[in-house]
Parts: sequence; C-alpha cells; structure tokens
Amino acid sequence: MSDVVYRLEQVSKAYGSREVLRVDFLKIQEGEIFGVVGPSGAGKSTLLRLLNFLEAPTSGQLHFRDSYSSNGSRAPLDVRRRVTTVFQRPVLLNTSVYGNVAYGLKIRGDKEVRRKVEATLAQVGLSDLAREQARFLSGGEAQRVALARAMVIEPEVLLLDEPTANLDPYNVSLIENIVTELNRERGTTIVLVTHNVFQAKRLAHRVALLLDGKVMEVAPVQEFFEAPRDPRTAAFVRGEMVY
Amino acid sequence: MDEMSSGLIQAIRLIITRDPALMQIVVVSLRVTGTALLFSTLLGIPLGSWLGLTRFPGRRWVIALLYTGMGFPPVVVGLFVYLMLSRSGPLGSLQLPFIPRLFTVNAMVVAQVIISLPLVAGFTMAAVMGVDPNLRQQVLSLGATNWQATLAVLMEARLGVIVSIIAGFGSIISEVGAVMMVGGNIEGATRVLTTAIVLETSKGNFDLALALGIILLSLSFLTNVMMLHLQGRAFEP
Repeated sequence: MSDVVYRLEQVSKAYGSREVLRVDFLKIQEGEIFGVVGPSGAGKSTLLRLLNFLEAPTSGQLHFRDSYSSNGSRAPLDVRRRVTTVFQRPVLLNTSVYGNVAYGLKIRGDKEVRRKVEATLAQVGLSDLAREQARFLSGGEAQRVALARAMVIEPEVLLLDEPTANLDPYNVSLIENIVTELNRERGTTIVLVTHNVFQAKRLAHRVALLLDGKVMEVAPVQEFFEAPRDPRTAAFVRGEMVY
Repeated sequence: MDEMSSGLIQAIRLIITRDPALMQIVVVSLRVTGTALLFSTLLGIPLGSWLGLTRFPGRRWVIALLYTGMGFPPVVVGLFVYLMLSRSGPLGSLQLPFIPRLFTVNAMVVAQVIISLPLVAGFTMAAVMGVDPNLRQQVLSLGATNWQATLAVLMEARLGVIVSIIAGFGSIISEVGAVMMVGGNIEGATRVLTTAIVLETSKGNFDLALALGIILLSLSFLTNVMMLHLQGRAFEP
C-alpha cells in the first residue's frame, strides 16, 4: 500500500512566460484515490497532463516509480502505456462503441481484444450498445465508453479529469461506483480532479487543494474536510469563494 | 439533336464491337490516370496530413502555394513540363533513365501528378484540420505512438480524405490541355479520351467525339461508384 507511484519535486509548468503550475513536493501512493480540488484555472488539468506524460514539466523532477524521471525528454512508450486519462469531454472515435473500447488494446497488439472488451462493456452497463455508433450516444453513455476504454487496458494509474461534470445524477453515481470498485478490486491508483468537493469527499482517500497552480494543502479526506489546516481550504470546502 | 442520338448509338456500337482503336485509347487513359492518381495519393495524403497537423514557420506560405496549385491552369503546367522535359530543357538534357521523354505516357503522368497533387494534399489538409484537436491528446493518452495517433486522426478524417482522392481523380481524367502538350496526342501511343475528343471535334466528327465523351463520362462514373463502395466498407472497424 505504501509504495510511491509519483513523486514531484519542485515541478513547474509554464506556457510561454505564464507559469500555471508550481508544485514544491507531492507524493501519490500506490492504490489510493487521490482527489485534487480547486477552482477552475488552478492548474488541475495541467497537473494531469504532466502525470500522463503528455507534456513534460518546465523545470523540476517528476518521478514515476523507479521507471522514469523527467529530464526534458518524453517518457518512453512502455511507461506512457501504464497510465491513461479520462477527460472531462470524451472525444470518441467515429466508429462503434466496441471499436472505441477496443482501440487501446489494438494499438498494443493485444490477443484477447474481444473477451476484454465484452467484459469491460458489461462492467459499465453498455453491452447492449456495443454495435451502436459512438456519435449517437448520450453524454452519460459517451463518458462511460470513455471510462471503459481506459479501464480495458488495465492501467496502473487512472487519471480522471472532471469525469462527471455536466452529467445527470444517475450517470454520476454509476461512474463513481465503477471507479470505487476499480480501485478496491484491482488496486488501481486513481487521481481524481474535480471542482466538486462533495465528489472528492465521497471517493478520495486523500485530497489536495490546488490554488493558482500551487498545492495549498494535502490531507487525508476526513482531516481535509473536518479540520483543514489552511484557512483557504476551510473556505473552499464550505463553498465560499476563494480568490 | 441529330448528333446527340447518333453519338449515343455510335458509342454503344463502339463498345459492343470493342473497336481496337477505342480500346487502345481507353487503356492509355486508364494507365495515365491510374499511375498519376497513385503517385498524387501516395505523396498528397502524407503532405496534407503533415500540413494539417504540424506548425512551423512559413507554413502559411506553403499553404498559400498549395491553394494556388489547386487552381493552377493545366496548360501552364503543360508548358512548364514541356520546357523541362524537352531535349534542350534543364531535365531533358540530362538524359537520365528515370526522367521521362517528351511525348510519352510517362511525361503525361508527370504533368498529371503536378496538377492533381495540390488537390489531394489541399483537401486532405482541410479534412485533417477539421478533426477535433483533442482527439490526438486522447489517443496519445490511451498509449498511441505518434504514428498511431496520426493514423487515428486520418481515420477520423476519412470522408474528406476520400473526397480528396476523388477530386484528384476528377482533375486527372478530365485533363486535356497539359496532356495534349506533353503527350502530343500520338495515335496508338499517347492519345487519350480527352485529346481524342478534341481531335474528332476539330475534324467535324461530332458523333464520334460525342461517343468518346459518353465513354469518358461512364468510366468516370463507374470509378466513382467503386470508390464510394470502398468508402462504405474498407473503413468500418
């Protein structure tokens, strides 16, 4: 349980002259659900792009287990393939639901595509829609397809970027249950970015508050919500405006 | 109206009797069109994808040139190729084995590639640029290599990419000015349907010209039907 998956030291990310993220130190443990909350524009999505190795930090060190340390070069393919992201707005391929879920397996040359895709579709309750064209799905169904195609490749780390924003309560609870189950049964490490503090409270083991690109506080979920050390965390969990 | 009906009858007669002169012309037409389309597709789709997916200094200039190429007057291309390949031209005088001679099928192919390549590349670029830019990030996140991500974007743009091939085909099969100049409309060698139509019309053989026109249209129609068929099937998962 206590193995460290990610260790960030003095990591910063800037676009041009604008610095959007500066994390002095952050550890993400194996098998935990790590919640990241904060107002929009706080750098949450940027953090996930770094964790998914889609972009490299401008400075500092990002360590992934013992496999990879950022040094300006891109993470090797086999490291990148151990992590994936479900984005806020699912971009599905213009093909069937089945084709979308099979994609990650096919590019890996997996031998058991059919069995795995069918099992995963059953898990997210979309078996009946396997042959449907993805572009005809509702928002909730599309997001479940996005979750299924991430789950099917059995990532070590699953990054979720506002996965239930703009969804109806039925799909929200469905997705939250799938995520919890995935974490409990497969031990998948999950980083959940959300602006919804209640969702973080429901799912996360530890929570971090990100504000203006900086980590204000990291604490176990109970402490974070009931006895926050930072007054800005207290204000944020009460739903008050944070500058 | 008289010419119309007699043209139609003659077209049918020429096809049924497999007139050897006609067959020769059709074969040359298809050979030039097929070869030129193959080259402009093999070069144009990668070029269009590259222009659509990457940003580099001077890209706007390259695109402006490409758009100019899409509307390039074929006779000017014909003149250019003529001057390049003629015996005293910069390429023709080199006498290299892979540089085609003037008044050959290969010289016609060169001109046709120059005419159709900007169309294939330009329409491919537009189709690729129409794909949601987040798609690339999404498939990279799912573990795609750069090459696999580009392929995924092309698959999303497949409708437009096939349209680009159809546009290239259309420009090649209907071309007359350039192939006349660099091919020379030599009977039994470089005569194609379009140049034969010009010749027969100038000779006053309107019904034969019309017959050739009908055959040209039918060939074009059949090819497009085949391509649409491909579009519907080959790209399903």
